[in-house]
Amino acid sequence: MAGQPTPSQKKYQELANSKEPPRGIVRNSIIAFVVGGLICTLGEVLRKLFIAWGFTEKTAGDPTVAVLILLSCILTGCGVYDKFAQWAGAGTAVPVTGFANSICSAAMEHRSEGLVYGVGGNMFKVAGAVIVFGTVAAFFIGILHGLFHMGG
Amino acid sequence: MLQGKQSWFFESPPVIQGYASVVGPEEGKGPLAGDFDRIHDDMRLGQKSWELAERQFLEQAVNKAIEKAGADKSQITFYVGGDLMNQITSTSFAARTVGIPYLGVFGACSTAMESVAVAAQLVSSGAAKQAIAATCSHNSTAEKQFRYPTEYGSQKPPTAQYTVTGGGAAVIGSSGKGPRVVRATIGKIVDMGIKDPFNMGAAMAPAAVDTIVQHLQDFALAPSYYDMIVTGDLAQIGHSIARDLLAERQIAIDQTVFADCGLLIFDREKQQVQAGGSGCGCCATVTFGHLLNRMSRGKLKRILVIATGALLSPLSYQQGESIPCVAHAVAFEAEGGSQ
Repeated sequence: MAGQPTPSQKKYQELANSKEPPRGIVRNSIIAFVVGGLICTLGEVLRKLFIAWGFTEKTAGDPTVAVLILLSCILTGCGVYDKFAQWAGAGTAVPVTGFANSICSAAMEHRSEGLVYGVGGNMFKVAGAVIVFGTVAAFFIGILHGLFHMGG
Repeated sequence: MLQGKQSWFFESPPVIQGYASVVGPEEGKGPLAGDFDRIHDDMRLGQKSWELAERQFLEQAVNKAIEKAGADKSQITFYVGGDLMNQITSTSFAARTVGIPYLGVFGACSTAMESVAVAAQLVSSGAAKQAIAATCSHNSTAEKQFRYPTEYGSQKPPTAQYTVTGGGAAVIGSSGKGPRVVRATIGKIVDMGIKDPFNMGAAMAPAAVDTIVQHLQDFALAPSYYDMIVTGDLAQIGHSIARDLLAERQIAIDQTVFADCGLLIFDREKQQVQAGGSGCGCCATVTFGHLLNRMSRGKLKRILVIATGALLSPLSYQQGESIPCVAHAVAFEAEGGSQ
């Protein structure tokens, strides 16, 4: 049904909206802030550890991210991550762990369709959009950056 | 026989000779656990894929129903059923195993009662001696096809529903002991322009109300004629909307027990199912478990079950289409219930 909703549809949609329970934005934001913050704190602890083990300020980032990705994938594989995420919301979705979970869960889900078409073809089903728009955004920011430097 | 605008009255009412329901772990933790024939602890049933597991739930329900009816598989004329998978593969592949001449039907979750209505009509008209009506759904196959990978960590809104894992089946014959299929009303598509696939209850409620009102009108019945009027999977939000809409149409729904399978099957306080249950398996397992059990125990004499279906596809909602919905009603009565 394309086009404008009819008056009776509009009236019904108002009724349906009034029945929708509130989403608890304040509660969700606080949990997301705390959980997201804790994941990042864990990352910072890991980074400090890697520096103590002989990495430099610049190179310690790589193994830190690798450990967080590994943890996220293990929790996804054990079937824990999605249950935690239902409670934590954006807190688990935004950091690198959420990105790893989206790739790992899609790969697991489509393992039954084989390694090539299943895992290979569907791994980036959810993460693909993030990569595409992330790259496009980076491209434009890069151009702005270049122009700014040329001017200055 | 056609009665009123869009209903069937079965003069010699077909009999549910046997029925069965087989469910997964989450349903087994719910309040209706005692009513299911079999509860599995493992959603995968040791299979290689979720799709194979869903088929297993259905096959087990079909075999159990045949066994409970004391029927001979080779004597059953037709198998009528459907499910939520693309090209209703769960049902078609199960029908391959069962080996009974097969009619696939699709009405999303309304298939649960659509298949009963069709099978009853076949038996009542003499086109079949015995027919099976069976449907199933699986939480993980539905998540995979309609939403995100099962292990993906996205937060579901409170309006979302949890697809029931399970299969329900009934063997319908022309004579014998058991609840009778007395009436059926075939619903029309109702679309009130809801587009949110995470709010199916609100999308389906108007279709359920339309079919209930039409059923009562076609048979000139009051809601109080039934001990219970049960919708398929409107869940909390849809159920509350349906109550309001029925009141608006001046249907005295308070004179009877108005319930919903999606609310009966889970304990929403203790289980993480958001608004409640959904799926073909929701209406099928609750009807071919809890409801008909209560009828067999003499607790219920007459019930009206309205299975509700949201006829969307993953493509249709991504293309911004609203969700067309349909609801089919079937009235069951205990032996001697109509006298």
